[in-house]
Amino acid sequence: MIENRPILNIVSHVVLIFGVLIVALPIWITFVAATHDPVRMTQAPIPMLPGGYFWENFKQTLFGGGLSGTETAPVWRMLLNSLFMALMISFGKIAISLLSAFAIVYFKFPFRMGFFWLIFITLMLPVEVRILPTFEVVADLGMLNSYWGLSIPLIASATATFMFRQVFLTIPDEMLESARIDGAGPMRFFWDILIPLSRTNIAALFVILFIYGWNQYLWPLLITTETDMTTIVMSIKQMLEAAEQSPQWNIIMMTALLAMIPPVFVVVAMQRLFVQGLTETDK
Amino acid sequence: MLKRVHFPTSLLPYLLVAPQVIITLVFFVWPASQAVYQSFLIEDAFGISTEFVWFENFIYLATDEQYLDSFGRTIFFSVCVAVLSMSAALILAGFADRIVRGATTYRTLLIWPYAVAPVLAGALWVFMFNPTLGIFPYLLEFVGVDWNHYLNGSQAMMLVIFAAAWKQIAYNFLFYLAAMQSIPRSLIEAAAIDGAGPLRRFRDHIFPLVSPTTFFLLVINAVYAFFDTFGIIHAVTQGGPANATTILVYKVFNDGFVGLDLGGSAAQSVILMILVIAMTVVQFRYVERKVEY
Repeated sequence: MIENRPILNIVSHVVLIFGVLIVALPIWITFVAATHDPVRMTQAPIPMLPGGYFWENFKQTLFGGGLSGTETAPVWRMLLNSLFMALMISFGKIAISLLSAFAIVYFKFPFRMGFFWLIFITLMLPVEVRILPTFEVVADLGMLNSYWGLSIPLIASATATFMFRQVFLTIPDEMLESARIDGAGPMRFFWDILIPLSRTNIAALFVILFIYGWNQYLWPLLITTETDMTTIVMSIKQMLEAAEQSPQWNIIMMTALLAMIPPVFVVVAMQRLFVQGLTETDK
Repeated sequence: MLKRVHFPTSLLPYLLVAPQVIITLVFFVWPASQAVYQSFLIEDAFGISTEFVWFENFIYLATDEQYLDSFGRTIFFSVCVAVLSMSAALILAGFADRIVRGATTYRTLLIWPYAVAPVLAGALWVFMFNPTLGIFPYLLEFVGVDWNHYLNGSQAMMLVIFAAAWKQIAYNFLFYLAAMQSIPRSLIEAAAIDGAGPLRRFRDHIFPLVSPTTFFLLVINAVYAFFDTFGIIHAVTQGGPANATTILVYKVFNDGFVGLDLGGSAAQSVILMILVIAMTVVQFRYVERKVEY
């Protein structure tokens, strides 16, 4: 606070509340749509206040067949698929990045810089720009319609490796010296000193990667053809297509709500780690 | 780069980098080189014979009006998304920075759209703007606007821009707020003592001081709009109507998986790779420069 300007303070709050409302509006409309019966959701204008069908819609979406007239996996199954995929991607990325950052920072070996640049390349090639050939590789390896195919091609990560490299570089050399004097080998040092010291960084990265993994869309869309393997985020698109024939917006919006609750919960509940992770990985 | 004290050379470091390197080679380097190779090939309509044609696919793209249109559209889309979401975030962050109490509450309420998947963001917006049911077409009718993004190309473009910008506000807000909060208070106080009002301080001090963040966010938003918005386009418009929202990433997917034009899709992939590499280089140069501050 530089100077006391009551009117400007009020204006600030008004603008911010307005901003919050605009940001929240799509979610509010989604929530409201998920609390009405299907008949009400076919009458324009759609309601702006919640109705009394939340539990019915919730049960029908989660355990029922979901949208009638389409062949999709039950929503609980898709939520599980998403969870597996997100966890495999985030743990996989963290594990292989920790190991490679450890090797690059603490060992001197031929081609060290070559490996470093090789890892750097992954930063430049998002899946969107090499869709078809990557799909062919995964198909040739027989990994279509599997959790491995969903997660492994996405777990190479330059950003995570860079971040851990940065973290390791700030750890004083004396740590290693004393560990070696005490007779610790490389892996002992890694487990007992490096991992505990980078615990918050790992947690912060996990928050970002979980959201990244959960929200994958194009990749699962390509490599899952069996309904049992579809993820919740993908299913929205199929439902929107079905909606053109028979709109059941209450079910679609309930599914959308279920699909966004886990990552949104992670962001809000672990806000401090989220902010840390975001600023560390992108800079 | 390397620790002064380090472990002796052995087999171990190779084992440690192996998982990362193998995955990179199998799923990144190999497909990317395949894309480059395929971009020099033309396959006949039945997929029986392929012919090595050097740069023919690229020359075709450079003269293909649809591709050039898509290029221009992508740039327009990215600029709109970046400007819209960054200016909204800048204004909100500017006010949030002023507030003593409740700034973190506002932050919590503003950052969560980051966690919403692009395709879900698309679904929410397409529902709000559904021509027969949506709340906005209903309201727009009162002012005489007939909204139908299934038929009207510019309305479809507006809709995907809104959805993409909405999702990105959270990210931009977070970085702007952090940048503003790191400006020394004494600087702003000195300006205030010299008689600069809040608007003047924002224009002459805060905005120039957060310009590195603005530049950084420009690059990030461009990358986001180029590559991460596939889900939004796919859910909201499928590139239509009449290609009005076919941005480059969508076109690669469409030509490759739906049109099965391997050579053309691969050539587009290669062009996109060059674009990402250029953007990454710009981003890293900026990071290097920032270290000197």
